[in-house]
Amino acid sequence: MTTAPKRPRPEPVEVIKHRRDSTLSALVNGVPYISFLGIEVERHGDELTAILPFADKLIGNPMLPAIHGGVTAAFLETAAVIELTWVGLWADMEAGALDQTYLQDEALRRLPKTIDFSIDYLRSGLPRDAYARARVVRSGRRYASVHVEAWQDNRTKLFAQATGHFLMPNLAG
Amino acid sequence: MTNDLTPEKKAEIARGFTEAIPHCRALGMSLVDIGEGEATISMPYDDRFVGDPRTGVIHGGAVSALMDTCCGAAVMSHPEAPAITATIDLRIDYMRPATPGQRITAKATCYNVTRSVAFVRAVALDEDENRPVATATGAFTADGDPSRKSTEALS
Repeated sequence: MTTAPKRPRPEPVEVIKHRRDSTLSALVNGVPYISFLGIEVERHGDELTAILPFADKLIGNPMLPAIHGGVTAAFLETAAVIELTWVGLWADMEAGALDQTYLQDEALRRLPKTIDFSIDYLRSGLPRDAYARARVVRSGRRYASVHVEAWQDNRTKLFAQATGHFLMPNLAG
Repeated sequence: MTNDLTPEKKAEIARGFTEAIPHCRALGMSLVDIGEGEATISMPYDDRFVGDPRTGVIHGGAVSALMDTCCGAAVMSHPEAPAITATIDLRIDYMRPATPGQRITAKATCYNVTRSVAFVRAVALDEDENRPVATATGAFTADGDPSRKSTEALS
């Protein structure tokens, strides 16, 4: 008679959540400009949603009022960069291979560089919170292509979308 | 039809940008020059706009905001364009990181206006004016009552 192969007990959910949340927080809170715009990121499993809480300083057209097109561009680019970095960090994070002491350094070291970013403005950004989700369409060793969608009240009524190309960091050495 | 901008008008537009648009004020933008279909706007270096704290390089998003504003200003200053404009699309190409500590200046040209659309290109420079930090191309709305001309939006 053979004994069943030993499978390690799954980690407690708190341990997994803490590891994921601290990694995401290192990624989001390490960048001053993200804090300047007030962007937050919510996580459900591996799915990220970037949130831009409305603030007066984001206004580009005081008559309407509407969110500045540049803010929309920055919000979508930030959502794309965070998603791309997050996807790249995932495997090492889950394996517990990220040094918790230098989490911020590690997260910043993995930030891709934007090559180009192309934004479609579909309707004007209203004076209320905005949300964005990015999807890594293709990620190679050197280059990546990411698509982002942003909405306000209704998920299906996008107010902007964008595609960006990114240069992946050379992590060797 | 031409629309000569007097120095007073230029100063008025400059004030409109630096004071009336909250986000431009938040980024410390200042309008350097405006002509017919051309605009130059600059933004100071600020620690709060940093995208990579290891190097101190400004976030691409702040450069995008500067470019979008500058393109919009170029459209509004164009004699054939209406008073109000909105971005339809904008593509930014990032050539190199901006040098930390230096001002970034964007120059935009609205090179064609149809009855509905204004086409714009722009370049962003730091103090090394021979090597662009970023370039942009965009399409903006040019829709509206043709009697409402360019700079009236800000007067």
